[in-house]
Amino acid sequence: MFRRLHEAEGKAVTLTVDGRLIEAREGDSVAAALLAAGVAVCRTTPVSGAPRAPYCMMGVCFECLVTIDGRGNRQACLVRAEPGMAVATQAGKRELER
Amino acid sequence: MTASERRDYDLAVIGGGLVGSAVAWGAARRGERVVVLDEGDLAYRASRGNFALVWVQSKGLGMPEYAAWTKRSSDAWYRFADELRAATGYDVAFERPGGFHLCLTEKELEARAAMLRRLHNQPRMVQYPYEILDHDAVAKRLPEIGPAVVGASYCPLDGHCNSLRLLKALHAGLKSEGAAYLANRGVQVVERREGEFRIASASGELRAGKVLLAAGNGNARLAPMVGLKAPVRPQRGQIIVTEKVRRFLDYPIATLRQTDEGSVLIGDSVEESGFDDSVGLGVLSTMAARALRMFPRLAALNVVRTWAALRVMTKDGFPVYDQSESCPGAFVATCHSGVTLAAGHALFLAPMLATGALEPELAHFSARRFDVSQAA
Repeated sequence: MFRRLHEAEGKAVTLTVDGRLIEAREGDSVAAALLAAGVAVCRTTPVSGAPRAPYCMMGVCFECLVTIDGRGNRQACLVRAEPGMAVATQAGKRELER
Repeated sequence: MTASERRDYDLAVIGGGLVGSAVAWGAARRGERVVVLDEGDLAYRASRGNFALVWVQSKGLGMPEYAAWTKRSSDAWYRFADELRAATGYDVAFERPGGFHLCLTEKELEARAAMLRRLHNQPRMVQYPYEILDHDAVAKRLPEIGPAVVGASYCPLDGHCNSLRLLKALHAGLKSEGAAYLANRGVQVVERREGEFRIASASGELRAGKVLLAAGNGNARLAPMVGLKAPVRPQRGQIIVTEKVRRFLDYPIATLRQTDEGSVLIGDSVEESGFDDSVGLGVLSTMAARALRMFPRLAALNVVRTWAALRVMTKDGFPVYDQSESCPGAFVATCHSGVTLAAGHALFLAPMLATGALEPELAHFSARRFDVSQAA
């Protein structure tokens, strides 16, 4: 669905999404990495369970919430993709971690 | 044509919040032709800002009849929620697992225990169980509490619901019963003339055989127009709401609860601030700090909103239910527990209004109690 612009080429960064390896570019936000990797649904909503995907890409809409390194409801568009990061798509409400 | 034939409605309810809507729905179900006159979006609307507890413990010190009325409503809440769901399809998420009032110091716990002892020692006090628990006993039922929790009072009659959905359900119920709901009808004048009530707003006048004042803090202005009194004042409460998380809290706490949809609400502040419904960081941060001492795991949660709303408070903190002697057919109902008492208002108070007279049970709630001069 999304194609990377020539200007957005950079060093490769490898992270996992739901345990699957994906390749992002240095400087990508997690949301951009998800979209580039073809992850169309990053979460389902807490009440109705409707599917959601990154939308505004600038921290406003809160649609791109995912679990990053065990912590739920992180805004994927505001977090930079780092090597080895474990991203998990979220089903409904986040857990209250210990 | 007689006056009663020309009349637009049997009962006009002034105020479309939880009190007015609950009574109006109850009366409409009994076949009354009901109209609800509500204000617009700029109204103070305590019913849209409340904490949604259905709470029994600690209520009624100084007026045991209030404890009995509260318990009667709480006991009827399951039936009320069932009937509301059957009528409208809305599940208002009522649960009654019992509720805790957590104490963070020995002194708080002692004061709590002493207050509840005094409450339950009152003559004519309704009987119901409650417990004073130490930290370990609380932790058995609330494993997430922090070490700062010294103890708690617990009452099995306490519960909570989704109060925004409750308001929506009552309005849906009104509609399906054929009651009229008129928004943006801030009432200017109510008067009794030729055996009926004329109710005037900027959009015109309508007539009804009976009138119920359920306008919250607006009742103070309206009541004297029909020979009643409703000495109420606004009292601010602030609320913090967090993002939604999986259920981790199975009981409502007096100052903290997890909603059916997963948010955590932190509330129960009390301030005398007139009609100022703004929030303030001082009070909010105190509330948050206490909440974290009660449940340290909350530190991981993001706050998504804060708000303030205005309770409708009398001098003694108890409700006013009254009927006018000089203007028969005029009633007033006002309280700060529109959620807890919603079942009582729909199932017990509404039939009284349909019949045309308050039952003796409610005599204690007359505003005439404020006229009694202190014993000489």
